[in-house]
Amino acid sequence: MANNHHAAPAPLGGRLVNIITLSCGLLIALMLAILMVRFLFGLGAVTNINDGYPWGIWVVVDVVIGSAFACGGFAVAMLVYIFNRGEYHPLVRPALLASLFGYTLAGAGVMFDLGRWWNVWNMFWPGSINPNSVMFEVAVCITLYIIVMWIEFSPTFLEQMGRHDTRKKLNKAMFFFIALGTVLPMMHQSSLGTLLVVMGSQVHPLWQTPVLPLLYLLSAITMGYAVVLFESCLASSAERRRIEMHMLTPLAKVMLGFLAAFIAVRLGDLVVRGALPLAFAPSVQALMFWLEMACFIVPLILIGAETNRRNPARLFLAGVLLMLAGALMRVNGFLIGYETGGDFNYFPSLAEVLVTAGMFSVEVLAYIIITRRFPVLPREDVQAAYQRS
Amino acid sequence: MGTRREFLKGVLASGAAATACVASTPVLARDTRPRPPEALGLLYDATLCVGCKACVAACKEANDNPAEFSTVDHLWDTPLDTSGYTFNLIKMYRNGTMAAKDQETNGFAFMKTSCMHCGDPSCVSACPVSAMTKDPVTGVVGYNPDKCIGCRYCVAACPFGIPKYQYDSPTGRIGKCELCRHRHKDGHYSACAEVCPTGATLFGRTEDLLSEAKLRLAMKPGELNRFPRGHLRPAQEKMLRGKEDGKGERKRRGWRDEPDQSYETPAGTYLQHVYGEKEYGGTQVLKLSAVNFEKVGMPNLPPDAAAAMSETIQHTLYGNLIMPFAVLGAMTYFAKRNVKPDDESSDMEGKDHGQ
Repeated sequence: MANNHHAAPAPLGGRLVNIITLSCGLLIALMLAILMVRFLFGLGAVTNINDGYPWGIWVVVDVVIGSAFACGGFAVAMLVYIFNRGEYHPLVRPALLASLFGYTLAGAGVMFDLGRWWNVWNMFWPGSINPNSVMFEVAVCITLYIIVMWIEFSPTFLEQMGRHDTRKKLNKAMFFFIALGTVLPMMHQSSLGTLLVVMGSQVHPLWQTPVLPLLYLLSAITMGYAVVLFESCLASSAERRRIEMHMLTPLAKVMLGFLAAFIAVRLGDLVVRGALPLAFAPSVQALMFWLEMACFIVPLILIGAETNRRNPARLFLAGVLLMLAGALMRVNGFLIGYETGGDFNYFPSLAEVLVTAGMFSVEVLAYIIITRRFPVLPREDVQAAYQRS
Repeated sequence: MGTRREFLKGVLASGAAATACVASTPVLARDTRPRPPEALGLLYDATLCVGCKACVAACKEANDNPAEFSTVDHLWDTPLDTSGYTFNLIKMYRNGTMAAKDQETNGFAFMKTSCMHCGDPSCVSACPVSAMTKDPVTGVVGYNPDKCIGCRYCVAACPFGIPKYQYDSPTGRIGKCELCRHRHKDGHYSACAEVCPTGATLFGRTEDLLSEAKLRLAMKPGELNRFPRGHLRPAQEKMLRGKEDGKGERKRRGWRDEPDQSYETPAGTYLQHVYGEKEYGGTQVLKLSAVNFEKVGMPNLPPDAAAAMSETIQHTLYGNLIMPFAVLGAMTYFAKRNVKPDDESSDMEGKDHGQ
């Protein structure tokens, strides 16, 4: 259980102004300008959403997919603290940081999309709440989880600020927040799938099923591990650190376990409901279904063998494919497979894309600033640290 | 290393906790709700409709909605679909030469598009803040902009595509037919039914309207029959009677007196289907047509409401928060065992090496 053999987290150091942070800054400025127009003139002024597709990429990408990408923290914390796999401990902080930003921004992103955002307090007002609403459950759980994650991550800041007493006190109760931090995402990640159920036959049968909560939960966990693989490889190359293969190789195996369970439930459900023949119909939906399935299945081939899991390039590719797979399943369910009748079309406007890009830029920028100034990533030997700056 | 065993134990225990909860949760399956007994609604008879759109204009006026233009001259209200500013619309079905009314091939037909006031509405189930509500007595599905957060889940959920949002406004609202509930207190019923010259849109208690609809299905096509206009009498009587003590809202909701406006006309060639009788467990607005309902824009819906399935899933998983708390308990147990030594040691080390 003890982790003395792991390198403790330490700030990376290095400059904060470079081409990546500057690009992020530019995208964020563009986003703010677009949002100003949105809040002055309404959603129609900048988005292509309409009554046939009332939810565009600000909901489907920024919130539904964004929060699933942000499941790395939860997936790794569950492995380390619930299943007691202490060997993955160094992955917790970086994963939690990415999750923290992913979720905080998903929460902020919702506000841009709410047409009557000043009424949002009704979501928590006992006289207004509707416990029958899936959206209510999602909103409350995500809000709580954001708070819990900030508490989980706060020791990093407290360490840096020298508030060791506060940190010690907090650490005594930390086990409870960690437990909450695993239950809350299970609840809302599954409910993000349940959101589709009330839309009934408007959602194509390939994506409309009573097992949606299980499918969305399993895929979110899979995506969580995939994001950790992706981030670890990316952070290692960007910051010129050693890739943590001794952790990533076995982590990939855990991920494949969840992936196999997901694929079994997904295909089993399609067969039981008799929806599988629709996958062979000549339709855009069928094509997108196979694209989605391919992204789920190819990683099994790519890194199914133990020797292949030791190859960082393969791990990276498998991670990217699984992120894409989960994202596709969500886009397919919420947009491609959604049909309300009538002549409605939706393709995101440039402004919508720029706002989404701006949101991801905030995440990247904050990740860079925090890992360089706060103890998040596992410390490497001193020479490497000097080389960087 | 004991970690693998611990891992498996963890998997088993949490799996068991979850299954035990799902299994032991009392059956929370919720059946599709029927419409309330005193539910109010409309009967739209497409064979009587002449497409004059008086109802469209009256709806605009009653709801204080602006005109919407689809022609270059912007002369008069010409919406092409319902919207955040158009709650009621008569749409036209056209085929081939359009030689005859209510004929599927080489014919044309009309269909009213407005809220169906479902017995078990998806929009009400979806709304997280109870801005969309169903009146327990009249069953009218109403909207409260002071609670609405503008998430548009109702827009996405409705199988009829009825709630619509005002995308062009920074303070946009949801717009939908509320059966003119704001006019009820003055004794006025739905404006669309009030102005309909042929009785194609008829207001009344849904139960009475359903009987009227079945009466019409039994008529011989082309035979002279008497058709009411405005609202059905039984509705007026029921409402005027009000509560027994003569007080309360229902008394005030008595409809204004108006002469019997029924008239004689030949019966249409109806499809033997009252749309809304069984769809999604039954809606309060009912429709009759001579042309296939799907062709005139009414979706083919199952007898069970999607809201029932959604809420069954939701309450099986989260009913009384039993399962979340059980899982939280299991998680807390494992976390308490596994967390402490871990963080203390690594964090202390971190402090020593830091900066």
